[in-house]
Amino acid sequence: MAQVISKLGDDVSTDVIYPGRHMATVLPTETPQFAFADNAELNGKLKSKQVPPGSVIVAGKNFGCGSSREQACSCLKGYELTIVARGFARIFLQNSINLGLRLVTVPDIEASEGDELEVTADRVLNKTTGKSFAAVPLPKARQAIVDAGGLIAYTRKRVLGAAGKA
Amino acid sequence: MTVVEKILARASGRSAVRAGDVVEPAVDLAMSHENAALVVNQFTEVFKGTGLKPKIWDPSKIAIIFDHRVPAESPKTASNQKKVREFVAEHGIARFHDIRGDEGGICHQILPENGYVRPGAVVVGTDSHTTSHGALDAFSFGIGATEMASVWSLGVALNVEVPQTIKVEVSGPFAPAVGPKDLILHLVGLLTAEGANFRVIEFHGETIRMMSTSGRLVLCNMSVEAGATSGVVPGDDETVRYLREVAGVADPVPLVTPDPDADYERVIKIDASSLVPQIACPHTVDNVKPIGAVLGTKVHQIVIGSCTNGRLDDIAAAARILRGKKVARGTRMLVFPASSRIYQQALDEGYIGDLMRAGAVVMNSGCGPCLGVHEGALGDGEVALSTTNRNFKGRMGNPNSEVYLCSPEVAAASALTGVITDPRKGA
Repeated sequence: MAQVISKLGDDVSTDVIYPGRHMATVLPTETPQFAFADNAELNGKLKSKQVPPGSVIVAGKNFGCGSSREQACSCLKGYELTIVARGFARIFLQNSINLGLRLVTVPDIEASEGDELEVTADRVLNKTTGKSFAAVPLPKARQAIVDAGGLIAYTRKRVLGAAGKA
Repeated sequence: MTVVEKILARASGRSAVRAGDVVEPAVDLAMSHENAALVVNQFTEVFKGTGLKPKIWDPSKIAIIFDHRVPAESPKTASNQKKVREFVAEHGIARFHDIRGDEGGICHQILPENGYVRPGAVVVGTDSHTTSHGALDAFSFGIGATEMASVWSLGVALNVEVPQTIKVEVSGPFAPAVGPKDLILHLVGLLTAEGANFRVIEFHGETIRMMSTSGRLVLCNMSVEAGATSGVVPGDDETVRYLREVAGVADPVPLVTPDPDADYERVIKIDASSLVPQIACPHTVDNVKPIGAVLGTKVHQIVIGSCTNGRLDDIAAAARILRGKKVARGTRMLVFPASSRIYQQALDEGYIGDLMRAGAVVMNSGCGPCLGVHEGALGDGEVALSTTNRNFKGRMGNPNSEVYLCSPEVAAASALTGVITDPRKGA
């Protein structure tokens, strides 16, 4: 069971998720403090330590549009959030898979802040409203990276293989 | 096959690929800017516990250009830049453009003007506007820092799904004071911000054939604002001319062009002669309106520059409009040439003098205020009119401000009046 901590609209850009002026902060251990830095309520909620891992942000289409900045993923990964959106922008989707941030594409999702969701790979059940919504699977090309536990682990395996040490 | 299908087939050692295939193309050029600091961190992580010394697959294929925060605005940025400089020296990366007045500038201008991008190449960059380099008949796309660490380690882009291609055919001449920026803003408005997500936009038609590489870079640069993986212009005489005359490339330049029976997801036709100046209104790039809808909007800051519109023809267009006149009181105008080379050419041509005498502040080459990290921040309630590429809430550093996007001609004409002004009135 996971609670929706915030509901956002369409085209949430990486400038909104992780404002450019904090881009000099790069380490995944340091970026979470600046998640949604210009949204005092959401930023404050995340930093309050009252948000359990697995909590959900629900958004519209094209979530994560704009910059390739990976901080926009690592800052959310730091809170172990799940993002359920009607759609994701390409680079944000790939970065999230690479870093292990859980994204679920649900084109018809209907949920409000405070709703309780049950999120599985192929559907999202809104337990508050009783409605169930189908999820779109990840691009097949990226599944191998998820299975390996992220891109660093995947690449490490390939590097060792190439060196004859696998 | 389309241009990108041909490039991916060649780079993956296959005779043919089609949209939806998953390939591992060899990378010809891997570009990063200051975020190389994070790439270095992730690259080191890859080798942790392996007993192997971190080794870049081919240092000659890496380019690193400092542009986002130059000169450094904070000790943190300066320390990131220092870390990258040390890494560059240790690994023998020759294509490194530091903070310099002779060879520095914005990555998406440095790559083309130095001949680093060639037709048929697979180019990846840790910047979303890496789409720009499709202007030179390459497949060029943005990736994250961890993905770049993987490229540095392996020399391939992992698990690339061959994208569908949207063909855009443009005919007719532009009206005076209308150009490539208006065309791409119009197209982004048409497609919407996610309309080309996971797709390539391939540009065709007589208007594109007549367009300089500078204009083609504008189109491919902003293709990402419709979500595109890349924009691409099939190579032609202009591609070769640019590489020879501007980039100084002497070796053969084989071009990649699509097959006559290439498979396009859809075809969009645009008559350029019907376009008027276009404005992207706050706070999304696809909120595009003809200039008539916003004429007279008060503007506090004009910005001319960025990887989108900081090239010599952009600065020349602004200088012609401002020459002998004055920027309106109450409006400030900032100009950022896209590279040091362009800055010097603009000096030689007298454009910089024209702009400064009119009241513009000409800054050093770099990303400047475009992404709100460095300089040129907006005050609460202020409005910017900018030739840059994004107008997201908070983009120029202040969520309580607004950014409108436009061509250099609109920006310059509006600088004279302090309100959004149609450049055709004085044309």
